Amino acid sequence: MAYSEKVMDHFAHPRNVGEIPDADGVGEVGNSRCGDIMKMYLKIDGDTITDVKFKTFGCGAAIATSSMATELVKGKSIENALQLTNKAVMEALDGLPPVKVHCSVLAEEAIKAALSDYYQRKGIDPTLIIGAPSGEHEEPVCGGE
Amino acid sequence: MMKIYADNAATTALSPAVLEEMMPYLTTVYGNPSSLYETGAIAKEAVETARAKIAALIGAKNASEVYFTSGGSESDNWAIKGVARALKKRGKTHIITSKFEHHAVLHTVHALKKEGFTVTYVDVYENGIVHPEDIEKAITDETALVSIMYANNEIGTVQPIAEIGKICRARGVLFHTDAVQAMGNVPINVEEQNIDLLSMTAHKLHGPKGCGALYIRKGVRPAVLIDGGAQERGMRAGTENVAGIVGFAKALELAIEGMPYRTEHVTKMRNRLIDQLLTIERSRLNGDRERRLPGNLNMCFEGIEGESLLLMLDMNGISSSSGSACTSGSLDPSHVLLAIGLPHEIAHGSMRLSFSDDITEEEIDYIAEKVKYVVDYLRNMSPLWEHIKEQEKEGQ
Repeated sequence: MAYSEKVMDHFAHPRNVGEIPDADGVGEVGNSRCGDIMKMYLKIDGDTITDVKFKTFGCGAAIATSSMATELVKGKSIENALQLTNKAVMEALDGLPPVKVHCSVLAEEAIKAALSDYYQRKGIDPTLIIGAPSGEHEEPVCGGE
Repeated sequence: MMKIYADNAATTALSPAVLEEMMPYLTTVYGNPSSLYETGAIAKEAVETARAKIAALIGAKNASEVYFTSGGSESDNWAIKGVARALKKRGKTHIITSKFEHHAVLHTVHALKKEGFTVTYVDVYENGIVHPEDIEKAITDETALVSIMYANNEIGTVQPIAEIGKICRARGVLFHTDAVQAMGNVPINVEEQNIDLLSMTAHKLHGPKGCGALYIRKGVRPAVLIDGGAQERGMRAGTENVAGIVGFAKALELAIEGMPYRTEHVTKMRNRLIDQLLTIERSRLNGDRERRLPGNLNMCFEGIEGESLLLMLDMNGISSSSGSACTSGSLDPSHVLLAIGLPHEIAHGSMRLSFSDDITEEEIDYIAEKVKYVVDYLRNMSPLWEHIKEQEKEGQ
Protein backbone atom coordinates (compact mmCIF):
# COMPACT_ATOMS: atom_id res chain seq x y z
CA MET A 1 0.00 0.00 0.00
CA ALA A 2 1.36 3.35 -0.96
CA TYR A 3 -0.14 6.81 -0.88
CA SER A 4 -0.04 9.23 -3.79
CA GLU A 5 2.10 12.35 -3.52
CA LYS A 6 -1.04 14.44 -3.13
CA VAL A 7 -2.22 12.33 -0.17
CA MET A 8 1.18 12.64 1.46
CA ASP A 9 1.19 16.39 0.83
CA HIS A 10 -2.22 16.84 2.47
CA PHE A 11 -1.20 14.55 5.32
CA ALA A 12 2.09 16.35 5.94
CA HIS A 13 0.62 19.82 5.42
CA PRO A 14 -3.05 19.55 6.18
CA ARG A 15 -5.08 22.59 5.11
CA ASN A 16 -7.63 24.23 7.40
CA VAL A 17 -6.82 22.38 10.60
CA GLY A 18 -8.44 23.75 13.72
CA GLU A 19 -11.73 24.90 15.13
CA ILE A 20 -14.14 27.77 14.47
CA PRO A 21 -15.44 28.91 17.87
CA ASP A 22 -18.50 30.68 16.44
CA ALA A 23 -19.18 28.17 13.68
CA ASP A 24 -22.58 28.11 12.00
CA GLY A 25 -22.50 24.36 11.60
CA VAL A 26 -20.46 21.58 13.22
CA GLY A 27 -20.52 17.94 12.22
CA GLU A 28 -18.76 14.92 13.66
CA VAL A 29 -18.70 11.45 12.10
CA GLY A 30 -16.92 8.16 12.67
CA ASN A 31 -16.07 6.53 15.98
CA SER A 32 -13.03 5.77 18.04
CA ARG A 33 -13.56 2.01 17.92
CA CYS A 34 -13.11 2.06 14.15
CA GLY A 35 -10.09 4.29 14.47
CA ASP A 36 -11.33 7.44 12.77
CA ILE A 37 -13.32 10.48 13.79
CA MET A 38 -13.72 13.62 11.70
CA LYS A 39 -15.11 16.91 12.96
CA MET A 40 -15.91 19.76 10.57
CA TYR A 41 -16.66 23.40 11.39
CA LEU A 42 -18.37 25.66 8.86
CA LYS A 43 -18.75 29.42 8.78
CA ILE A 44 -21.56 30.36 6.44
CA ASP A 45 -22.43 33.80 5.11
CA GLY A 46 -25.65 33.88 3.14
CA ASP A 47 -25.22 31.06 0.71
CA THR A 48 -21.44 30.86 0.87
CA ILE A 49 -19.15 28.75 3.00
CA THR A 50 -16.70 31.45 3.98
CA ASP A 51 -14.55 29.37 6.28
CA VAL A 52 -14.08 25.74 7.13
CA LYS A 53 -11.87 23.95 9.64
CA PHE A 54 -11.42 20.34 10.64
CA LYS A 55 -10.06 18.10 13.34
CA THR A 56 -9.42 14.44 12.63
CA PHE A 57 -8.39 11.39 14.60
CA GLY A 58 -7.30 8.74 12.17
CA CYS A 59 -4.80 7.40 9.71
CA GLY A 60 -2.90 9.28 7.01
CA ALA A 61 -5.76 8.96 4.54
CA ALA A 62 -8.29 10.17 7.11
CA ILE A 63 -6.28 13.35 7.65
CA ALA A 64 -5.61 13.86 3.94
CA THR A 65 -9.24 13.36 2.88
CA SER A 66 -10.43 15.75 5.61
CA SER A 67 -7.97 18.34 4.41
CA MET A 68 -8.95 17.90 0.77
CA ALA A 69 -12.67 18.00 1.57
CA THR A 70 -12.25 21.36 3.32
CA GLU A 71 -10.38 22.72 0.30
CA LEU A 72 -13.14 21.54 -2.02
CA VAL A 73 -15.91 23.36 -0.16
CA LYS A 74 -14.16 26.48 1.09
CA GLY A 75 -15.50 29.60 -0.62
CA LYS A 76 -18.13 27.54 -2.42
CA SER A 77 -21.89 27.78 -2.23
CA ILE A 78 -23.85 25.45 0.03
CA GLU A 79 -25.36 23.92 -3.07
CA ASN A 80 -21.90 23.09 -4.36
CA ALA A 81 -20.86 21.62 -1.03
CA LEU A 82 -23.94 19.43 -0.94
CA GLN A 83 -22.82 17.89 -4.21
CA LEU A 84 -19.43 16.90 -2.84
CA THR A 85 -18.88 13.18 -3.23
CA ASN A 86 -16.28 10.87 -1.77
CA LYS A 87 -15.26 10.13 -5.34
CA ALA A 88 -14.43 13.79 -5.93
CA VAL A 89 -12.30 13.83 -2.80
CA MET A 90 -10.48 10.70 -3.93
CA GLU A 91 -9.92 12.02 -7.44
CA ALA A 92 -8.58 15.29 -6.11
CA LEU A 93 -6.05 13.26 -4.10
CA ASP A 94 -5.02 11.19 -7.15
CA GLY A 95 -6.66 8.12 -5.69
CA LEU A 96 -6.56 6.13 -2.47
CA PRO A 97 -5.59 2.53 -1.72
CA PRO A 98 -8.75 0.35 -1.72
CA VAL A 99 -8.70 -0.18 2.05
CA LYS A 100 -8.75 3.59 2.53
CA VAL A 101 -11.80 4.42 0.42
CA HIS A 102 -13.92 4.56 3.57
CA CYS A 103 -11.90 7.61 4.69
CA SER A 104 -13.16 9.59 1.69
CA VAL A 105 -16.71 8.46 2.51
CA LEU A 106 -16.22 9.75 6.02
CA ALA A 107 -14.95 13.11 4.70
CA GLU A 108 -18.04 13.53 2.54
CA GLU A 109 -20.26 12.58 5.47
CA ALA A 110 -18.47 15.02 7.77
CA ILE A 111 -19.18 17.96 5.45
CA LYS A 112 -22.81 16.89 5.16
CA ALA A 113 -23.12 16.45 8.91
CA ALA A 114 -21.88 20.01 9.41
CA LEU A 115 -24.37 21.32 6.82
CA SER A 116 -27.09 19.31 8.47
CA ASP A 117 -26.25 20.97 11.78
CA TYR A 118 -26.35 24.35 10.06
CA TYR A 119 -29.90 23.72 8.80
CA GLN A 120 -31.01 22.33 12.12
CA ARG A 121 -29.80 25.45 13.89
CA LYS A 122 -31.91 27.47 11.45
CA GLY A 123 -34.92 25.34 12.26
CA ILE A 124 -34.96 23.67 8.85
CA ASP A 125 -35.32 19.89 8.62
CA PRO A 126 -32.01 18.85 7.04
CA THR A 127 -33.30 15.53 5.77
CA LEU A 128 -35.37 17.39 3.16
CA ILE A 129 -32.21 18.93 1.71
CA ILE A 130 -29.42 16.53 2.50
CA GLY A 131 -31.37 13.32 2.76
CA ALA A 132 -31.29 10.82 5.54
CA PRO A 133 -27.78 10.46 6.97
CA SER A 134 -25.57 7.98 5.12
CA GLY A 135 -27.34 4.90 3.82
CA GLU A 136 -26.09 5.09 0.26
CA HIS A 137 -22.58 4.08 1.25
CA GLU A 138 -21.66 0.80 2.73
CA GLU A 139 -20.47 1.25 6.29
CA PRO A 140 -17.00 -0.06 6.94
CA VAL A 141 -17.00 -3.16 9.06
CA CYS A 142 -14.93 -2.77 12.15
CA GLY A 143 -14.83 -4.00 15.67
CA GLY A 144 -16.08 -7.42 14.72
CA GLU A 145 -15.11 -10.22 17.00
CA MET B 1 17.82 15.01 10.35
CA MET B 2 18.89 11.65 11.74
CA LYS B 3 18.08 8.42 9.94
CA ILE B 4 17.17 5.65 12.34
CA TYR B 5 15.99 2.20 11.35
CA ALA B 6 13.91 1.06 14.33
CA ASP B 7 12.00 -1.82 12.79
CA ASN B 8 14.35 -4.74 13.37
CA ALA B 9 11.45 -6.99 14.35
CA ALA B 10 10.26 -6.66 10.74
CA THR B 11 13.64 -7.43 9.28
CA THR B 12 17.28 -6.57 9.83
CA ALA B 13 20.19 -5.33 7.76
CA LEU B 14 22.39 -8.09 6.39
CA SER B 15 25.60 -8.16 8.39
CA PRO B 16 28.77 -7.59 6.31
CA ALA B 17 30.41 -10.60 7.97
CA VAL B 18 27.44 -12.75 6.97
CA LEU B 19 27.56 -11.49 3.39
CA GLU B 20 31.26 -12.27 3.23
CA GLU B 21 30.58 -15.82 4.37
CA MET B 22 27.86 -16.14 1.73
CA MET B 23 29.78 -14.66 -1.20
CA PRO B 24 31.54 -17.81 -2.45
CA TYR B 25 28.18 -19.57 -2.69
CA LEU B 26 26.71 -16.70 -4.67
CA THR B 27 29.65 -16.67 -7.07
CA THR B 28 32.10 -19.53 -7.59
CA VAL B 29 30.54 -22.40 -5.65
CA TYR B 30 27.28 -22.54 -7.58
CA GLY B 31 26.96 -26.31 -7.69
CA ASN B 32 23.79 -28.12 -6.72
CA PRO B 33 24.35 -29.93 -3.40
CA SER B 34 22.60 -32.96 -4.89
CA SER B 35 25.18 -33.26 -7.69
CA LEU B 36 28.04 -35.67 -7.34
CA TYR B 37 30.87 -33.68 -8.93
CA GLU B 38 33.21 -31.53 -6.93
CA THR B 39 31.43 -28.16 -6.89
CA GLY B 40 28.22 -29.93 -5.85
CA ALA B 41 30.06 -31.77 -3.10
CA ILE B 42 31.54 -28.53 -1.77
CA ALA B 43 28.08 -26.95 -1.67
CA LYS B 44 26.73 -30.04 0.08
CA GLU B 45 29.47 -29.84 2.66
CA ALA B 46 28.71 -26.17 3.29
CA VAL B 47 25.04 -27.01 3.88
CA GLU B 48 25.92 -29.81 6.28
CA THR B 49 28.43 -27.69 8.18
CA ALA B 50 25.78 -25.00 8.60
CA ARG B 51 23.25 -27.59 9.75
CA ALA B 52 25.62 -28.92 12.40
CA LYS B 53 26.43 -25.40 13.55
CA ILE B 54 22.76 -24.40 13.92
CA ALA B 55 21.91 -27.69 15.66
CA ALA B 56 24.68 -27.08 18.19
CA LEU B 57 23.58 -23.47 18.73
CA ILE B 58 20.03 -24.50 19.68
CA GLY B 59 21.15 -27.41 21.82
CA ALA B 60 19.90 -30.13 19.47
CA LYS B 61 21.38 -33.59 19.93
CA ASN B 62 21.75 -34.31 16.22
CA ALA B 63 22.45 -32.14 13.19
CA SER B 64 19.91 -34.25 11.31
CA GLU B 65 17.14 -32.72 13.42
CA VAL B 66 17.52 -29.38 11.60
CA TYR B 67 15.64 -29.04 8.29
CA PHE B 68 16.13 -26.00 6.10
CA THR B 69 13.08 -24.15 4.82
CA SER B 70 12.29 -20.84 3.15
CA GLY B 71 11.72 -19.12 6.49
CA GLY B 72 9.48 -18.71 9.49
CA SER B 73 6.12 -18.95 7.75
CA GLU B 74 7.00 -22.17 5.99
CA SER B 75 8.41 -23.65 9.19
CA ASP B 76 5.24 -22.78 11.10
CA ASN B 77 3.04 -24.20 8.35
CA TRP B 78 5.06 -27.38 8.15
CA ALA B 79 5.29 -27.94 11.90
CA ILE B 80 1.59 -27.43 12.54
CA LYS B 81 0.00 -28.91 9.41
CA GLY B 82 2.60 -31.66 9.31
CA VAL B 83 2.09 -32.81 12.88
CA ALA B 84 -1.69 -32.39 12.77
CA ARG B 85 -2.08 -34.40 9.58
CA ALA B 86 0.30 -37.10 10.75
CA LEU B 87 -1.47 -37.55 14.08
CA LYS B 88 -5.03 -37.30 12.75
CA LYS B 89 -4.98 -41.01 11.94
CA ARG B 90 -4.44 -41.71 15.63
CA GLY B 91 -7.47 -39.67 16.63
CA LYS B 92 -5.49 -36.61 17.62
CA THR B 93 -7.56 -33.76 16.25
CA HIS B 94 -7.09 -31.02 18.81
CA ILE B 95 -4.60 -28.15 18.71
CA ILE B 96 -3.75 -25.67 21.45
CA THR B 97 -2.34 -22.27 20.65
CA SER B 98 -2.66 -18.72 21.95
CA LYS B 99 -4.67 -15.72 20.84
CA PHE B 100 -1.65 -13.60 20.02
CA GLU B 101 0.41 -15.87 17.76
CA HIS B 102 1.84 -14.63 14.49
CA HIS B 103 -0.54 -14.98 11.54
CA ALA B 104 1.70 -17.73 10.15
CA VAL B 105 0.43 -19.80 13.09
CA LEU B 106 -3.09 -18.41 13.48
CA HIS B 107 -3.99 -18.71 9.81
CA THR B 108 -2.44 -22.17 9.61
CA VAL B 109 -4.51 -23.31 12.56
CA HIS B 110 -7.54 -21.72 10.95
CA ALA B 111 -6.91 -23.73 7.79
CA LEU B 112 -6.78 -26.91 9.89
CA LYS B 113 -10.12 -26.08 11.46
CA LYS B 114 -11.59 -26.44 7.99
CA GLU B 115 -10.05 -29.91 7.86
CA GLY B 116 -11.96 -30.86 11.00
CA PHE B 117 -9.50 -30.03 13.74
CA THR B 118 -10.65 -28.31 16.91
CA VAL B 119 -8.61 -25.50 18.40
CA THR B 120 -8.25 -24.05 21.88
CA TYR B 121 -6.84 -20.54 22.03
CA VAL B 122 -5.42 -19.92 25.49
CA ASP B 123 -5.66 -16.42 26.90
CA VAL B 124 -2.81 -13.99 26.99
CA TYR B 125 -2.86 -11.89 30.11
CA GLU B 126 -2.45 -8.16 30.44
CA ASN B 127 1.31 -8.41 30.63
CA GLY B 128 1.43 -10.33 27.33
CA ILE B 129 2.33 -13.71 28.75
CA VAL B 130 0.44 -17.00 28.59
CA HIS B 131 -0.07 -19.08 31.71
CA PRO B 132 1.29 -22.63 31.47
CA GLU B 133 -1.51 -23.90 33.73
CA ASP B 134 -4.05 -22.78 31.12
CA ILE B 135 -2.30 -25.00 28.61
CA GLU B 136 -2.20 -27.90 31.02
CA LYS B 137 -5.95 -27.53 31.57
CA ALA B 138 -6.64 -27.40 27.85
CA ILE B 139 -4.81 -30.64 27.02
CA THR B 140 -7.12 -33.57 26.25
CA ASP B 141 -6.61 -37.11 24.97
CA GLU B 142 -7.17 -35.75 21.48
CA THR B 143 -4.53 -33.02 21.66
CA ALA B 144 -2.00 -33.41 18.87
CA LEU B 145 0.05 -30.30 19.34
CA VAL B 146 0.65 -27.23 21.46
CA SER B 147 2.03 -24.23 19.56
CA ILE B 148 3.07 -21.20 21.58
CA MET B 149 5.43 -18.56 20.27
CA TYR B 150 8.74 -18.07 22.06
CA ALA B 151 8.54 -14.28 21.97
CA ASN B 152 5.78 -12.14 20.55
CA ASN B 153 6.56 -10.20 17.39
CA GLU B 154 4.61 -7.08 18.35
CA ILE B 155 5.11 -6.65 22.06
CA GLY B 156 8.27 -8.74 22.47
CA THR B 157 7.08 -10.62 25.55
CA VAL B 158 8.99 -13.84 26.21
CA GLN B 159 6.84 -16.84 27.08
CA PRO B 160 7.52 -19.47 29.78
CA ILE B 161 8.70 -21.96 27.16
CA ALA B 162 10.54 -24.36 29.47
CA GLU B 163 7.48 -24.70 31.71
CA ILE B 164 5.18 -25.30 28.77
CA GLY B 165 7.67 -27.79 27.35
CA LYS B 166 7.74 -29.67 30.63
CA ILE B 167 3.95 -29.89 30.77
CA CYS B 168 3.69 -31.09 27.18
CA ARG B 169 6.36 -33.71 27.70
CA ALA B 170 4.69 -34.99 30.86
CA ARG B 171 1.35 -35.22 29.06
CA GLY B 172 2.80 -36.79 25.92
CA VAL B 173 1.81 -33.91 23.66
CA LEU B 174 4.10 -32.45 21.01
CA PHE B 175 5.26 -28.88 21.56
CA HIS B 176 6.03 -26.43 18.78
CA THR B 177 7.33 -22.91 19.25
CA ASP B 178 7.81 -20.13 16.73
CA ALA B 179 11.16 -18.72 17.82
CA VAL B 180 11.59 -16.33 14.91
CA GLN B 181 11.74 -13.25 17.14
CA ALA B 182 13.48 -14.88 20.06
CA MET B 183 16.45 -16.47 18.30
CA GLY B 184 19.70 -14.79 19.09
CA ASN B 185 18.00 -12.64 21.72
CA VAL B 186 17.40 -15.17 24.47
CA PRO B 187 19.06 -18.52 25.20
CA ILE B 188 17.31 -21.41 23.47
CA ASN B 189 17.94 -25.07 24.21
CA VAL B 190 15.55 -27.54 22.64
CA GLU B 191 16.69 -30.38 24.91
CA GLU B 192 16.50 -28.55 28.21
CA GLN B 193 13.26 -26.81 27.27
CA ASN B 194 11.56 -29.92 25.87
CA ILE B 195 10.83 -28.31 22.53
CA ASP B 196 9.80 -30.80 19.83
CA LEU B 197 9.58 -28.41 16.91
CA LEU B 198 11.15 -24.96 16.62
CA SER B 199 10.62 -22.46 13.79
CA MET B 200 13.54 -20.26 12.83
CA THR B 201 14.41 -17.64 10.25
CA ALA B 202 17.63 -15.90 9.24
CA HIS B 203 16.53 -12.40 8.31
CA LYS B 204 15.57 -11.31 11.83
CA LEU B 205 19.14 -11.75 13.01
CA HIS B 206 21.09 -9.93 10.30
CA GLY B 207 21.02 -12.92 7.99
CA PRO B 208 19.51 -13.12 4.49
CA LYS B 209 15.81 -13.23 3.68
CA GLY B 210 14.24 -16.38 2.28
CA CYS B 211 16.04 -18.87 4.49
CA GLY B 212 14.96 -20.51 7.70
CA ALA B 213 14.75 -23.87 9.38
CA LEU B 214 12.55 -26.15 11.38
CA TYR B 215 14.01 -28.18 14.20
CA ILE B 216 12.19 -31.52 14.41
CA ARG B 217 13.04 -33.76 17.33
CA LYS B 218 14.21 -37.22 16.30
CA GLY B 219 11.26 -39.57 16.26
CA VAL B 220 8.72 -36.86 15.41
CA ARG B 221 7.47 -37.35 11.86
CA PRO B 222 5.36 -34.51 10.52
CA ALA B 223 3.70 -35.08 7.16
CA VAL B 224 5.68 -33.66 4.25
CA LEU B 225 4.45 -30.28 3.02
CA ILE B 226 6.68 -29.74 -0.02
CA ASP B 227 6.77 -32.84 -2.21
CA GLY B 228 9.44 -33.36 -4.81
CA GLY B 229 13.12 -34.29 -4.71
CA ALA B 230 14.90 -36.09 -1.92
CA GLN B 231 16.48 -33.02 -0.32
CA GLU B 232 16.42 -32.70 3.47
CA ARG B 233 16.28 -36.49 3.79
CA GLY B 234 13.10 -36.60 1.75
CA MET B 235 11.28 -34.32 4.15
CA ARG B 236 11.42 -31.02 2.27
CA ALA B 237 11.96 -30.95 -1.46
CA GLY B 238 13.71 -28.17 -3.35
CA THR B 239 17.29 -27.31 -4.17
CA GLU B 240 18.88 -25.88 -1.07
CA ASN B 241 19.39 -22.13 -0.75
CA VAL B 242 23.08 -22.76 -0.17
CA ALA B 243 24.24 -19.17 0.27
CA GLY B 244 21.24 -18.45 2.49
CA ILE B 245 21.89 -21.48 4.64
CA VAL B 246 25.56 -20.60 5.07
CA GLY B 247 24.58 -17.02 5.91
CA PHE B 248 21.94 -18.18 8.37
CA ALA B 249 24.42 -20.28 10.34
CA LYS B 250 26.92 -17.42 10.46
CA ALA B 251 24.23 -14.92 11.47
CA LEU B 252 22.99 -17.15 14.29
CA GLU B 253 26.51 -17.69 15.51
CA LEU B 254 27.15 -13.94 15.60
CA ALA B 255 23.79 -13.24 17.23
CA ILE B 256 24.46 -15.69 20.03
CA GLU B 257 27.99 -14.35 20.49
CA GLY B 258 26.52 -10.87 20.84
CA MET B 259 23.76 -11.85 23.24
CA PRO B 260 25.43 -10.61 26.45
CA TYR B 261 26.12 -7.20 24.86
CA ARG B 262 22.60 -7.00 23.44
CA THR B 263 21.02 -7.95 26.75
CA GLU B 264 22.95 -5.22 28.47
CA HIS B 265 23.27 -2.38 25.99
CA VAL B 266 20.08 -2.65 23.94
CA THR B 267 17.92 -3.26 27.01
CA LYS B 268 19.44 -0.18 28.63
CA MET B 269 18.78 1.96 25.55
CA ARG B 270 15.23 0.69 25.23
CA ASN B 271 14.48 1.33 28.89
CA ARG B 272 15.84 4.85 28.54
CA LEU B 273 13.30 5.45 25.76
CA ILE B 274 10.44 3.78 27.65
CA ASP B 275 11.09 6.05 30.62
CA GLN B 276 11.15 9.15 28.44
CA LEU B 277 8.01 8.23 26.54
CA LEU B 278 6.05 7.26 29.63
CA THR B 279 6.27 10.92 30.67
CA ILE B 280 3.76 11.59 27.88
CA GLU B 281 0.32 11.74 29.47
CA ARG B 282 -2.03 8.85 28.70
CA SER B 283 0.72 6.66 27.28
CA ARG B 284 1.29 3.03 28.19
CA LEU B 285 3.83 0.33 27.64
CA ASN B 286 2.33 -2.81 26.13
CA GLY B 287 3.62 -6.08 27.51
CA ASP B 288 5.71 -6.93 30.53
CA ARG B 289 8.64 -4.57 31.00
CA GLU B 290 11.10 -7.20 32.21
CA ARG B 291 10.11 -10.34 30.37
CA ARG B 292 10.52 -8.92 26.89
CA LEU B 293 13.07 -8.96 24.08
CA PRO B 294 15.92 -6.46 24.58
CA GLY B 295 15.17 -4.42 21.49
CA ASN B 296 11.38 -4.29 21.67
CA LEU B 297 9.32 -1.28 22.67
CA ASN B 298 5.57 -1.19 22.10
CA MET B 299 3.51 1.69 23.38
CA CYS B 300 0.09 3.23 22.96
CA PHE B 301 -0.73 6.92 23.01
CA GLU B 302 -4.37 7.70 23.58
CA GLY B 303 -6.20 10.02 21.24
CA ILE B 304 -4.10 9.35 18.16
CA GLU B 305 -3.97 6.69 15.48
CA GLY B 306 -0.88 4.58 14.85
CA GLU B 307 -0.52 4.97 11.11
CA SER B 308 -0.36 8.77 11.29
CA LEU B 309 2.25 8.47 13.99
CA LEU B 310 4.27 6.05 11.86
CA LEU B 311 4.07 8.29 8.78
CA MET B 312 5.10 11.37 10.73
CA LEU B 313 8.00 9.55 12.35
CA ASP B 314 9.07 8.44 8.87
CA MET B 315 9.07 12.10 7.80
CA ASN B 316 11.44 12.66 10.71
CA GLY B 317 13.79 9.90 9.60
CA ILE B 318 12.56 7.18 11.96
CA SER B 319 11.38 3.83 10.57
CA SER B 320 8.85 2.34 12.96
CA SER B 321 5.93 -0.01 12.87
CA SER B 322 2.39 0.06 14.12
CA GLY B 323 -0.11 -2.60 15.03
CA SER B 324 -2.45 -0.14 13.42
CA ALA B 325 -5.38 -1.53 11.51
CA CYS B 326 -4.59 0.90 8.77
CA THR B 327 -1.31 -0.74 7.91
CA SER B 328 -2.75 -4.23 7.83
CA GLY B 329 -5.57 -3.75 5.37
CA SER B 330 -8.28 -4.42 7.93
CA LEU B 331 -10.09 -1.92 10.09
CA ASP B 332 -9.46 -3.80 13.30
CA PRO B 333 -6.45 -2.94 15.40
CA SER B 334 -3.72 -5.42 16.26
CA HIS B 335 -5.00 -8.82 17.41
CA VAL B 336 -2.08 -8.91 19.83
CA LEU B 337 -3.10 -5.71 21.59
CA LEU B 338 -6.73 -6.83 21.69
CA ALA B 339 -5.58 -10.18 23.12
CA ILE B 340 -3.86 -8.44 26.03
CA GLY B 341 -7.11 -6.66 26.78
CA LEU B 342 -6.70 -3.20 25.27
CA PRO B 343 -9.90 -1.53 24.08
CA HIS B 344 -10.08 -0.85 20.35
CA GLU B 345 -9.71 2.92 20.64
CA ILE B 346 -6.46 2.62 22.60
CA ALA B 347 -5.10 -0.23 20.50
CA HIS B 348 -5.46 1.97 17.40
CA GLY B 349 -2.78 4.31 18.75
CA SER B 350 0.10 1.88 18.95
CA MET B 351 3.74 2.14 17.97
CA ARG B 352 6.39 -0.57 17.85
CA LEU B 353 10.07 0.24 17.80
CA SER B 354 12.63 -2.54 17.59
CA PHE B 355 16.32 -1.86 17.91
CA SER B 356 19.47 -3.59 16.89
CA ASP B 357 22.88 -3.55 18.61
CA ASP B 358 24.04 -0.31 17.03
CA ILE B 359 21.41 1.89 18.68
CA THR B 360 22.97 4.85 20.49
CA GLU B 361 21.91 7.08 23.34
CA GLU B 362 21.90 10.05 20.97
CA GLU B 363 19.47 8.24 18.67
CA ILE B 364 17.23 7.26 21.59
CA ASP B 365 17.02 10.88 22.71
CA TYR B 366 16.27 12.00 19.16
CA ILE B 367 13.45 9.44 18.91
CA ALA B 368 12.03 10.53 22.27
CA GLU B 369 12.00 14.15 21.18
CA LYS B 370 10.32 13.37 17.86
CA VAL B 371 7.71 11.01 19.29
CA LYS B 372 6.75 13.59 21.90
CA TYR B 373 6.45 16.27 19.25
CA VAL B 374 4.42 14.11 16.87
CA VAL B 375 2.06 12.79 19.56
CA ASP B 376 1.43 16.35 20.67
CA TYR B 377 0.88 17.54 17.10
CA LEU B 378 -1.58 14.74 16.29
CA ARG B 379 -3.45 15.17 19.56
CA ASN B 380 -3.91 18.85 18.80
CA MET B 381 -5.87 17.95 15.70
CA SER B 382 -7.70 14.97 17.21
CA PRO B 383 -11.37 15.25 18.16
CA LEU B 384 -10.90 12.05 20.18
CA TRP B 385 -8.27 13.75 22.32
CA GLU B 386 -10.69 16.64 22.73
CA HIS B 387 -13.32 14.18 24.02
CA ILE B 388 -10.83 12.57 26.39
CA LYS B 389 -9.97 15.98 27.81
CA GLU B 390 -13.64 16.92 28.17
CA GLN B 391 -14.31 13.68 30.03
CA GLU B 392 -11.35 14.41 32.30
CA LYS B 393 -12.86 17.80 33.18
CA GLU B 394 -16.27 16.29 33.84
CA GLY B 395 -14.69 13.68 36.06
CA GLN B 396 -13.04 16.30 38.25
